[in-house]
Amino acid sequence: MTAQFEPILGRYLRLDLDGKPHRVYVEEAGQGVPLLCLHTAGADSRQYRAVLNDPEILKSFRVIAFDLPWHGKSSPPAGWHELEEYRLTSRAYVDTVVAVADALELDQPVAMGCSIGGRIVLHLALEHPDRFGAVIGLQAGAHVDPYYDTQWLHRPDVHGGEVCAAVVSGLVGPAAPDEHRWETLWHYMQSGPGVFKGDLYFYKVDGDIRGQLRQIDTARCPVHLLSGEYDYSCTPQDTLEAAERIKGATVSIMKGIGHFPMSEAPDVFLDHLRPVLAQILADRTKA
Amino acid sequence: MIERLPDLVNADAALVRKGRFVDVTFLLQSGEDAWLVTIDHGRVTDVAKGPFVMPRWTFALRASADAWARFWAPAPEPGWHDLFALIRHKELRAEGDLHPFMANLFYFKGVLGSLRGSVG
Repeated sequence: MTAQFEPILGRYLRLDLDGKPHRVYVEEAGQGVPLLCLHTAGADSRQYRAVLNDPEILKSFRVIAFDLPWHGKSSPPAGWHELEEYRLTSRAYVDTVVAVADALELDQPVAMGCSIGGRIVLHLALEHPDRFGAVIGLQAGAHVDPYYDTQWLHRPDVHGGEVCAAVVSGLVGPAAPDEHRWETLWHYMQSGPGVFKGDLYFYKVDGDIRGQLRQIDTARCPVHLLSGEYDYSCTPQDTLEAAERIKGATVSIMKGIGHFPMSEAPDVFLDHLRPVLAQILADRTKA
Repeated sequence: MIERLPDLVNADAALVRKGRFVDVTFLLQSGEDAWLVTIDHGRVTDVAKGPFVMPRWTFALRASADAWARFWAPAPEPGWHDLFALIRHKELRAEGDLHPFMANLFYFKGVLGSLRGSVG
Protein backbone atom coordinates (compact mmCIF):
# COMPACT_ATOMS: atom_id res chain seq x y z
CA MET A 1 0.00 0.00 0.00
CA THR A 2 1.33 3.42 -0.92
CA ALA A 3 0.49 6.30 1.38
CA GLN A 4 -1.32 9.12 -0.41
CA PHE A 5 0.22 12.27 1.01
CA GLU A 6 -0.63 15.82 -0.02
CA PRO A 7 2.32 18.10 -0.82
CA ILE A 8 1.70 20.08 2.40
CA LEU A 9 4.27 19.85 5.20
CA GLY A 10 3.39 21.09 8.69
CA ARG A 11 5.87 22.04 11.40
CA TYR A 12 5.94 23.93 14.68
CA LEU A 13 7.88 27.16 14.71
CA ARG A 14 9.40 28.24 18.04
CA LEU A 15 8.87 31.95 18.29
CA ASP A 16 8.74 34.65 20.98
CA LEU A 17 5.69 36.86 20.56
CA ASP A 18 5.06 39.76 22.91
CA GLY A 19 7.91 38.45 25.08
CA LYS A 20 6.41 34.99 25.50
CA PRO A 21 7.50 31.72 23.92
CA HIS A 22 5.03 30.26 21.41
CA ARG A 23 4.73 27.19 19.26
CA VAL A 24 3.25 28.41 16.00
CA TYR A 25 1.95 25.79 13.60
CA VAL A 26 3.06 26.46 10.02
CA GLU A 27 2.13 24.58 6.87
CA GLU A 28 3.80 25.03 3.51
CA ALA A 29 4.08 23.66 0.01
CA GLY A 30 5.67 24.70 -3.28
CA GLN A 31 8.67 26.78 -4.29
CA GLY A 32 9.16 30.33 -5.44
CA VAL A 33 7.66 33.62 -4.36
CA PRO A 34 6.52 33.36 -0.71
CA LEU A 35 2.74 33.59 -0.40
CA LEU A 36 1.85 33.98 3.27
CA CYS A 37 -1.80 33.07 3.94
CA LEU A 38 -3.83 34.37 6.89
CA HIS A 39 -7.02 32.65 8.05
CA THR A 40 -10.28 34.23 9.20
CA ALA A 41 -11.43 34.90 12.77
CA GLY A 42 -12.11 31.79 14.84
CA ALA A 43 -10.68 29.43 12.20
CA ASP A 44 -7.28 28.11 11.12
CA SER A 45 -4.94 27.50 8.20
CA ARG A 46 -6.93 24.52 6.88
CA GLN A 47 -8.95 27.17 5.06
CA TYR A 48 -6.08 27.39 2.54
CA ARG A 49 -5.95 23.65 1.78
CA ALA A 50 -6.87 24.18 -1.89
CA VAL A 51 -4.20 26.84 -2.48
CA LEU A 52 -1.64 24.62 -0.71
CA ASN A 53 -2.61 21.72 -2.97
CA ASP A 54 -2.79 23.50 -6.32
CA PRO A 55 -0.02 22.17 -8.62
CA GLU A 56 0.03 25.26 -10.84
CA ILE A 57 0.38 27.70 -7.94
CA LEU A 58 2.99 25.52 -6.24
CA LYS A 59 5.22 25.77 -9.32
CA SER A 60 5.71 29.50 -8.80
CA PHE A 61 4.86 30.12 -5.17
CA ARG A 62 6.04 28.87 -1.80
CA VAL A 63 2.63 28.86 -0.13
CA ILE A 64 2.76 29.22 3.65
CA ALA A 65 -0.17 29.24 6.05
CA PHE A 66 0.13 29.44 9.81
CA ASP A 67 -2.33 29.24 12.67
CA LEU A 68 -2.43 32.40 14.76
CA PRO A 69 -1.75 31.77 18.46
CA TRP A 70 -4.95 30.46 20.11
CA HIS A 71 -6.07 28.98 16.75
CA GLY A 72 -5.82 25.55 15.16
CA LYS A 73 -2.66 23.81 16.37
CA SER A 74 -1.03 26.99 17.74
CA SER A 75 -1.88 26.82 21.42
CA PRO A 76 -2.14 29.98 23.50
CA PRO A 77 1.01 30.95 25.43
CA ALA A 78 1.50 29.43 28.87
CA GLY A 79 -0.56 31.24 31.48
CA TRP A 80 -3.48 31.80 29.13
CA HIS A 81 -5.91 30.47 31.73
CA GLU A 82 -5.15 33.43 33.96
CA LEU A 83 -6.29 35.96 31.36
CA GLU A 84 -9.76 37.37 31.78
CA GLU A 85 -10.32 36.98 28.06
CA TYR A 86 -8.49 36.69 24.76
CA ARG A 87 -8.52 39.79 22.55
CA LEU A 88 -6.72 40.23 19.25
CA THR A 89 -5.32 43.73 18.70
CA SER A 90 -4.01 45.37 15.54
CA ARG A 91 -0.58 45.73 17.14
CA ALA A 92 -0.27 42.07 18.16
CA TYR A 93 -1.63 40.89 14.81
CA VAL A 94 0.76 42.98 12.68
CA ASP A 95 3.70 42.04 14.91
CA THR A 96 2.85 38.33 14.70
CA VAL A 97 2.68 38.30 10.90
CA VAL A 98 5.97 40.21 10.61
CA ALA A 99 7.62 37.96 13.22
CA VAL A 100 6.64 34.84 11.27
CA ALA A 101 7.85 36.38 7.99
CA ASP A 102 11.14 37.32 9.68
CA ALA A 103 11.62 33.93 11.33
CA LEU A 104 11.11 32.19 7.99
CA GLU A 105 13.36 34.79 6.30
CA LEU A 106 10.74 35.45 3.65
CA ASP A 107 11.93 37.84 0.95
CA GLN A 108 9.19 40.29 -0.05
CA PRO A 109 6.39 37.84 0.70
CA VAL A 110 2.92 38.31 -0.72
CA ALA A 111 0.51 38.45 2.22
CA MET A 112 -2.96 37.08 1.50
CA GLY A 113 -5.57 37.22 4.23
CA CYS A 114 -9.30 36.78 4.56
CA SER A 115 -11.74 38.74 6.74
CA ILE A 116 -9.62 39.72 9.78
CA GLY A 117 -6.74 38.60 7.55
CA GLY A 118 -8.08 40.78 4.74
CA ARG A 119 -8.11 43.71 7.14
CA ILE A 120 -4.64 43.08 8.55
CA VAL A 121 -3.04 42.98 5.10
CA LEU A 122 -4.21 46.59 4.70
CA HIS A 123 -2.42 47.40 7.97
CA LEU A 124 0.66 45.58 6.63
CA ALA A 125 0.58 47.55 3.37
CA LEU A 126 0.27 50.75 5.38
CA GLU A 127 2.90 50.06 8.06
CA HIS A 128 5.33 47.75 6.27
CA PRO A 129 5.12 48.55 2.54
CA ASP A 130 8.74 47.57 1.93
CA ARG A 131 8.63 44.35 3.93
CA PHE A 132 5.85 42.83 1.80
CA GLY A 133 5.94 42.42 -1.98
CA ALA A 134 2.18 42.79 -2.37
CA VAL A 135 -0.99 42.08 -0.42
CA ILE A 136 -4.18 40.28 -1.39
CA GLY A 137 -7.21 41.16 0.73
CA LEU A 138 -10.04 38.64 0.63
CA GLN A 139 -13.29 39.98 2.08
CA ALA A 140 -11.32 43.07 3.03
CA GLY A 141 -12.96 46.23 4.28
CA ALA A 142 -11.79 49.12 6.42
CA HIS A 143 -14.28 48.59 9.26
CA VAL A 144 -17.37 46.60 10.29
CA ASP A 145 -19.88 47.98 12.78
CA PRO A 146 -21.03 45.44 15.36
CA TYR A 147 -24.41 44.10 14.24
CA TYR A 148 -25.07 41.43 16.84
CA ASP A 149 -24.23 40.87 20.49
CA THR A 150 -20.96 38.91 20.47
CA GLN A 151 -21.49 37.91 24.14
CA TRP A 152 -23.45 34.96 22.74
CA LEU A 153 -20.25 33.55 21.25
CA HIS A 154 -18.68 32.82 24.62
CA ARG A 155 -20.80 31.83 27.59
CA PRO A 156 -20.99 28.50 29.35
CA ASP A 157 -24.72 27.99 28.72
CA VAL A 158 -24.39 28.16 24.91
CA HIS A 159 -22.19 25.70 23.03
CA GLY A 160 -19.45 27.86 21.54
CA GLY A 161 -18.70 25.63 18.57
CA GLU A 162 -22.36 25.36 17.62
CA VAL A 163 -23.16 29.04 17.97
CA CYS A 164 -20.00 30.34 16.24
CA ALA A 165 -20.60 28.04 13.25
CA ALA A 166 -24.31 28.88 13.14
CA VAL A 167 -23.63 32.62 13.28
CA VAL A 168 -21.31 32.40 10.27
CA SER A 169 -23.22 29.71 8.34
CA GLY A 170 -25.08 32.28 6.25
CA LEU A 171 -21.78 33.89 5.30
CA VAL A 172 -21.07 30.91 3.08
CA GLY A 173 -22.38 31.67 -0.41
CA PRO A 174 -24.84 29.55 -2.41
CA ALA A 175 -22.13 28.53 -4.90
CA ALA A 176 -20.29 26.61 -2.15
CA PRO A 177 -20.35 22.83 -2.60
CA ASP A 178 -21.76 21.12 0.50
CA GLU A 179 -18.49 19.35 1.24
CA HIS A 180 -16.58 22.61 1.48
CA ARG A 181 -19.40 24.53 3.18
CA TRP A 182 -19.41 22.08 6.07
CA GLU A 183 -15.63 21.72 6.20
CA THR A 184 -15.51 25.50 6.62
CA LEU A 185 -18.12 25.42 9.39
CA TRP A 186 -16.32 22.52 11.12
CA HIS A 187 -13.29 24.76 11.62
CA TYR A 188 -15.56 27.20 13.47
CA MET A 189 -17.02 24.39 15.54
CA GLN A 190 -13.47 23.44 16.65
CA SER A 191 -12.39 26.90 17.72
CA GLY A 192 -11.48 27.35 21.40
CA PRO A 193 -13.82 29.11 23.83
CA GLY A 194 -13.89 32.86 23.25
CA VAL A 195 -11.39 32.85 20.39
CA PHE A 196 -13.80 33.91 17.65
CA LYS A 197 -15.19 36.60 19.95
CA GLY A 198 -11.67 37.79 20.78
CA ASP A 199 -10.78 38.03 17.08
CA LEU A 200 -13.90 40.10 16.47
CA TYR A 201 -12.52 42.68 18.89
CA PHE A 202 -9.90 43.39 16.24
CA TYR A 203 -12.44 43.14 13.41
CA LYS A 204 -15.14 45.39 14.86
CA VAL A 205 -13.31 47.67 17.29
CA ASP A 206 -9.52 47.88 17.31
CA GLY A 207 -8.72 47.30 13.64
CA ASP A 208 -10.63 50.24 12.17
CA ILE A 209 -8.44 51.58 9.35
CA ARG A 210 -10.97 53.88 7.65
CA GLY A 211 -8.97 57.02 8.30
CA GLN A 212 -5.70 55.69 6.88
CA LEU A 213 -6.56 53.91 3.65
CA ARG A 214 -5.53 56.87 1.49
CA GLN A 215 -2.02 56.69 2.95
CA ILE A 216 -1.41 53.23 1.49
CA ASP A 217 1.16 53.51 -1.30
CA THR A 218 0.47 50.81 -3.88
CA ALA A 219 3.60 51.80 -5.81
CA ARG A 220 5.57 50.38 -2.87
CA CYS A 221 3.15 47.60 -1.98
CA PRO A 222 0.50 46.66 -4.57
CA VAL A 223 -2.96 45.91 -3.15
CA HIS A 224 -5.42 43.44 -4.69
CA LEU A 225 -8.92 42.96 -3.29
CA LEU A 226 -11.26 40.02 -3.97
CA SER A 227 -14.66 39.76 -2.28
CA GLY A 228 -17.64 37.41 -2.46
CA GLU A 229 -21.01 38.92 -3.29
CA TYR A 230 -22.95 37.04 -0.56
CA ASP A 231 -20.80 38.32 2.30
CA TYR A 232 -22.87 40.46 4.66
CA SER A 233 -20.05 40.83 7.18
CA CYS A 234 -17.63 42.54 4.84
CA THR A 235 -20.04 43.43 2.03
CA PRO A 236 -18.98 43.96 -1.60
CA GLN A 237 -19.86 47.60 -0.97
CA ASP A 238 -17.34 47.73 1.92
CA THR A 239 -14.64 46.32 -0.34
CA LEU A 240 -15.47 48.64 -3.24
CA GLU A 241 -15.32 51.63 -0.89
CA ALA A 242 -11.93 50.50 0.40
CA ALA A 243 -10.68 50.04 -3.17
CA GLU A 244 -11.82 53.53 -4.06
CA ARG A 245 -9.74 54.99 -1.25
CA ILE A 246 -6.61 52.95 -1.98
CA LYS A 247 -5.22 54.52 -5.12
CA GLY A 248 -3.99 51.83 -7.52
CA ALA A 249 -5.74 48.90 -5.82
CA THR A 250 -7.33 46.26 -8.05
CA VAL A 251 -10.73 44.91 -7.04
CA SER A 252 -12.97 42.06 -8.12
CA ILE A 253 -16.33 40.83 -6.78
CA MET A 254 -16.83 37.05 -6.94
CA LYS A 255 -20.32 35.84 -7.92
CA GLY A 256 -22.08 33.31 -5.73
CA ILE A 257 -19.32 33.39 -3.12
CA GLY A 258 -19.51 34.41 0.52
CA HIS A 259 -17.07 35.28 3.28
CA PHE A 260 -14.68 32.29 3.03
CA PRO A 261 -13.81 32.05 -0.69
CA MET A 262 -10.65 29.91 -0.41
CA SER A 263 -12.38 27.40 1.86
CA GLU A 264 -16.05 27.39 0.86
CA ALA A 265 -15.64 27.25 -2.94
CA PRO A 266 -11.98 26.49 -3.71
CA ASP A 267 -12.37 25.92 -7.46
CA VAL A 268 -14.27 29.15 -8.13
CA PHE A 269 -11.88 31.04 -5.87
CA LEU A 270 -8.76 29.71 -7.59
CA ASP A 271 -10.17 30.92 -10.94
CA HIS A 272 -10.34 34.42 -9.44
CA LEU A 273 -6.95 34.16 -7.72
CA ARG A 274 -4.89 32.99 -10.71
CA PRO A 275 -4.96 36.28 -12.66
CA VAL A 276 -4.02 38.18 -9.49
CA LEU A 277 -1.06 35.88 -8.85
CA ALA A 278 -0.05 36.18 -12.52
CA GLN A 279 -0.07 39.95 -12.24
CA ILE A 280 1.99 39.82 -9.05
CA LEU A 281 4.58 37.61 -10.77
CA ALA A 282 4.67 39.96 -13.77
CA ASP A 283 5.12 43.00 -11.50
CA ARG A 284 7.99 41.31 -9.66
CA THR A 285 9.73 40.44 -12.92
CA LYS A 286 9.54 44.10 -13.99
CA ALA A 287 10.85 45.40 -10.67
CA MET B 1 -47.68 30.05 4.11
CA ILE B 2 -46.62 30.13 7.76
CA GLU B 3 -49.26 27.54 8.61
CA ARG B 4 -47.21 25.00 6.62
CA LEU B 5 -44.42 25.14 9.24
CA PRO B 6 -45.52 21.98 11.14
CA ASP B 7 -45.62 19.89 7.96
CA LEU B 8 -42.31 21.20 6.67
CA VAL B 9 -40.39 20.99 9.94
CA ASN B 10 -41.84 17.77 11.33
CA ALA B 11 -41.18 15.93 8.06
CA ASP B 12 -37.48 16.79 8.30
CA ALA B 13 -36.07 14.20 10.71
CA ALA B 14 -32.59 15.76 10.76
CA LEU B 15 -34.01 19.17 11.62
CA VAL B 16 -36.26 17.78 14.36
CA ARG B 17 -33.27 15.96 15.84
CA LYS B 18 -31.23 19.16 15.74
CA GLY B 19 -33.99 20.79 17.80
CA ARG B 20 -34.53 17.92 20.21
CA PHE B 21 -33.81 20.15 23.22
CA VAL B 22 -36.04 23.01 22.02
CA ASP B 23 -39.31 23.62 23.87
CA VAL B 24 -40.44 27.17 23.26
CA THR B 25 -43.11 29.48 21.88
CA PHE B 26 -41.84 32.32 19.71
CA LEU B 27 -43.56 35.15 17.88
CA LEU B 28 -43.07 35.45 14.15
CA GLN B 29 -44.14 38.83 12.84
CA SER B 30 -44.47 39.77 9.20
CA GLY B 31 -45.57 43.35 8.75
CA GLU B 32 -48.91 43.68 10.59
CA ASP B 33 -49.44 39.91 10.81
CA ALA B 34 -48.13 37.73 13.62
CA TRP B 35 -48.04 34.05 14.50
CA LEU B 36 -47.21 32.23 17.72
CA VAL B 37 -45.16 29.15 16.87
CA THR B 38 -44.94 26.47 19.54
CA ILE B 39 -42.17 23.87 19.48
CA ASP B 40 -41.95 20.71 21.56
CA HIS B 41 -38.71 18.71 21.39
CA GLY B 42 -37.99 20.12 17.94
CA ARG B 43 -41.46 19.43 16.52
CA VAL B 44 -43.75 22.34 15.64
CA THR B 45 -46.92 21.53 17.56
CA ASP B 46 -48.90 24.72 17.02
CA VAL B 47 -49.02 27.75 14.75
CA ALA B 48 -51.59 30.31 15.88
CA LYS B 49 -52.31 33.43 13.84
CA GLY B 50 -52.95 36.75 15.57
CA PRO B 51 -54.24 39.21 16.46
CA PHE B 52 -53.62 38.16 20.05
CA VAL B 53 -54.87 39.31 23.43
CA MET B 54 -51.99 39.16 25.91
CA PRO B 55 -49.69 36.93 23.80
CA ARG B 56 -46.97 35.08 25.67
CA TRP B 57 -43.73 34.21 23.95
CA THR B 58 -40.04 33.75 24.79
CA PHE B 59 -38.55 35.58 21.82
CA ALA B 60 -39.83 37.39 18.74
CA LEU B 61 -38.58 37.65 15.18
CA ARG B 62 -40.02 40.72 13.46
CA ALA B 63 -39.56 41.85 9.87
CA SER B 64 -41.61 43.49 7.14
CA ALA B 65 -43.64 41.29 4.80
CA ASP B 66 -41.35 42.37 1.99
CA ALA B 67 -38.21 41.31 3.92
CA TRP B 68 -39.66 37.84 4.65
CA ALA B 69 -40.76 37.48 1.02
CA ARG B 70 -37.21 38.20 -0.13
CA PHE B 71 -35.78 35.85 2.52
CA TRP B 72 -38.15 33.09 1.46
CA ALA B 73 -37.53 33.52 -2.28
CA PRO B 74 -36.34 30.26 -3.88
CA ALA B 75 -32.91 31.79 -4.57
CA PRO B 76 -32.59 34.83 -2.28
CA GLU B 77 -30.45 37.72 -3.38
CA PRO B 78 -27.28 38.60 -1.44
CA GLY B 79 -28.20 40.24 1.86
CA TRP B 80 -31.59 38.52 2.01
CA HIS B 81 -30.39 34.91 2.24
CA ASP B 82 -29.87 34.41 5.98
CA LEU B 83 -31.45 35.53 9.26
CA PHE B 84 -28.18 37.18 10.27
CA ALA B 85 -27.98 38.95 6.91
CA LEU B 86 -31.41 40.43 7.71
CA ILE B 87 -30.21 41.38 11.19
CA ARG B 88 -27.05 42.95 9.73
CA HIS B 89 -29.13 45.10 7.38
CA LYS B 90 -31.59 45.97 10.17
CA GLU B 91 -34.41 44.19 8.33
CA LEU B 92 -35.01 41.67 11.13
CA ARG B 93 -35.41 42.44 14.80
CA ALA B 94 -34.76 39.61 17.21
CA GLU B 95 -35.99 40.44 20.70
CA GLY B 96 -36.97 38.94 24.04
CA ASP B 97 -35.10 36.11 25.73
CA LEU B 98 -32.87 35.08 22.85
CA HIS B 99 -31.15 32.27 24.72
CA PRO B 100 -33.07 29.39 23.09
CA PHE B 101 -32.72 31.08 19.70
CA MET B 102 -28.94 31.53 19.95
CA ALA B 103 -28.27 28.19 21.69
CA ASN B 104 -30.13 26.44 18.85
CA LEU B 105 -29.30 28.82 16.02
CA PHE B 106 -28.69 26.12 13.38
CA TYR B 107 -32.13 24.72 14.23
CA PHE B 108 -33.95 28.05 14.00
CA LYS B 109 -32.18 28.94 10.75
CA GLY B 110 -33.47 25.59 9.49
CA VAL B 111 -37.01 26.18 10.76
CA LEU B 112 -37.33 29.63 9.17
CA GLY B 113 -35.45 28.46 6.08
CA SER B 114 -37.89 25.54 5.61
CA LEU B 115 -40.43 28.02 4.23
CA ARG B 116 -38.01 29.00 1.45
CA GLY B 117 -39.69 28.66 -1.92
CA SER B 118 -43.04 27.77 -0.34
CA VAL B 119 -44.25 31.28 0.41
CA GLY B 120 -45.16 33.84 -2.17
